[in-house]
Amino acid sequence: MSDTSIPKSAVQDAAPVRPRWKTILLRPEAMTFVLLILATLGASLLSPFFADIAYILESFTYYSEYAIVGLVLTLVIISGEIDLSGAAMMALSACLFGITYQAGYPISVAILVSLISGVAMGWFNAILVIRFKLPSIIVTIGTLTLFRGIAQVIAGDRSISKFPSWFVGIDYQYVLNLPIPVIVFCVVALALGVILGGTVLGRQIYQIGTSAIAAQHAGIRVNRIKTGLFIGMGVASSVAGLLTASRLASVRYDLASGAELQMVLIVMLGGTYIFGGRGSIIGTFLAAWLLVIIATGMTVANIPINAQLTVLGLLLIISIIATNIIYSRTQR
Amino acid sequence: MNSLTAALRFILLRREAGIAVMLVLFSLVVSAIEPRFLSLDTLRIVMLAVPLILIAGMGQMMVLLARHVDLSIGSILGFSAIVAGMAFRDLPEMPWWFGFFIATFVGAALGLVNGAVVTLFRLPSIIVTLGTLSLYRGVLFLISDARQVDPQYIPRPLIEMSQTSPIFGIPWIIFIALTIALISYVFLDHTRLGRQIYAIGSNPVAAPLRGISVVPVTLLVFTLSGALAGLAGVLYASRFGYVNPSITGVGFEFTVIAAVVVGGVSINGGVGTVLGTVLGVIFLGAVSVALPILGVSAFWRDAIYGAVIIIALLIDRSVRESGIRSATLEARA
Repeated sequence: MSDTSIPKSAVQDAAPVRPRWKTILLRPEAMTFVLLILATLGASLLSPFFADIAYILESFTYYSEYAIVGLVLTLVIISGEIDLSGAAMMALSACLFGITYQAGYPISVAILVSLISGVAMGWFNAILVIRFKLPSIIVTIGTLTLFRGIAQVIAGDRSISKFPSWFVGIDYQYVLNLPIPVIVFCVVALALGVILGGTVLGRQIYQIGTSAIAAQHAGIRVNRIKTGLFIGMGVASSVAGLLTASRLASVRYDLASGAELQMVLIVMLGGTYIFGGRGSIIGTFLAAWLLVIIATGMTVANIPINAQLTVLGLLLIISIIATNIIYSRTQR
Repeated sequence: MNSLTAALRFILLRREAGIAVMLVLFSLVVSAIEPRFLSLDTLRIVMLAVPLILIAGMGQMMVLLARHVDLSIGSILGFSAIVAGMAFRDLPEMPWWFGFFIATFVGAALGLVNGAVVTLFRLPSIIVTLGTLSLYRGVLFLISDARQVDPQYIPRPLIEMSQTSPIFGIPWIIFIALTIALISYVFLDHTRLGRQIYAIGSNPVAAPLRGISVVPVTLLVFTLSGALAGLAGVLYASRFGYVNPSITGVGFEFTVIAAVVVGGVSINGGVGTVLGTVLGVIFLGAVSVALPILGVSAFWRDAIYGAVIIIALLIDRSVRESGIRSATLEARA
């Protein structure tokens, strides 16, 4: 050591650069990944079924609908808003689809009606949140009651079925050995992942979530992007509603009832920060598989569906606590 | 004359005025279509429909005043009702009124858990209570073994509270609800602690600077909300005569939030009164009673509740904006 060395105090001032493995491990997505592996191992000890990829894929089709909505919800939450009305939008768009088809229109028209209703519902949420500056969290509690209420009005308590046979059972249609709902989920995940991680728009979404006011001053079209995200929620929900209609071969107003829990849970398990500005599609992607493994594992272990609610609720709380702690540690 | 218009202005500018006018207009319109509506009998039916909502609404109002939300009250209601019901069934020698203590205590404990998670980890209450909404419902399935508590196990005196009356033919259950509302009014308007709830909700940053201990008050608010939902749980057993793990209290939170928000309690915290909430609860009760009288399908109820929440939010927003505008104008003058 010569006397040209930097004074000791200056060295102490600069925080040491974290090794790369540590920054990766400290990301919540890494936690999701580790949990996914642990859950898979645990589940395959529980039942040999889990070693079978076909069984997992089949189980995934039951949750793919929520997972698809969860992917868009990830972007909404990263942008600092939330949308709890996804499950209700699924129900209303699916009921509109069923009613239109039952009224004698061809199924393509019915699908179009359902998608348009998705756009309309998403837009309605966006108007209330952006034009009228109401907090999205309460607005979407109102619209979730409203949308499901309207579904109940138009469909009553009967189920609408008798769809043509080619429409029914999309979860048993395979492309490249993958069920179609799984493919839809993967394609949406890939598309949103590229948008969020690799485009200017994606960076803008993060920036809006970090500070909407700063983003506005930086010339980002905050309102337009948020409107787009809410409409995206509506469209994703109506696609999910159609997939559910095809899988169940019938629609009812209580389709996906209470599924706002699963949707928020998938996003939170994937390490998205509830206050916005942080999160990733890869996290949500992994979390969807994690949820499937956990839920299917519980079903295999003969835990009744209702009691599984305990675990899902607990997981939601634990995952936001964990994500919060991780982010508050790495914030500086 | 001037003082009269000033007084009128003062009354009309109060938030409760809007809901009271809505209630009167609604009753007039409905009775114009169906004169049967405007009768003491209808009033009785409306009042019987609302005690549970009114009691839980007092708790939810306090939570909203402190700028939080409690989505788990439906599950807390079901949980407390099941525990009380199982106590009635499995401990027949227990005095029946003990059920009130059990349900309220269980509810308070569950509410305290909500508050603890929210304050300890500084998490948004809406997501936490969305989690406990399903957590509590799941646990209640486990402890009840998914079995209903059948009507023969609910004590007669408890059921009679919904039917018999001490005076004026008004059933006990309504008296209990109104007493809770009165106590809430005194608590919120005339105690230091009550005003502190408003202070926290109006400005969570300024409140601790004024020496208010935010964490204990927030804990108290969630505990009270849970306790009142628990009390509503034992009254559910009284009103409906059974407790079912998959029915009791499901979706109750949305009805209560609708009622409270319609009553002029602001979701931005710090604004709202007991009178407004009572009127909001009665308004929703009147709507649900009017539907069958008008021959409208009961399926419309949820859609109307949803629309009512959104309209109330929009009104709250415009009231707030005009309040800010007039305040700025006065400051300039």
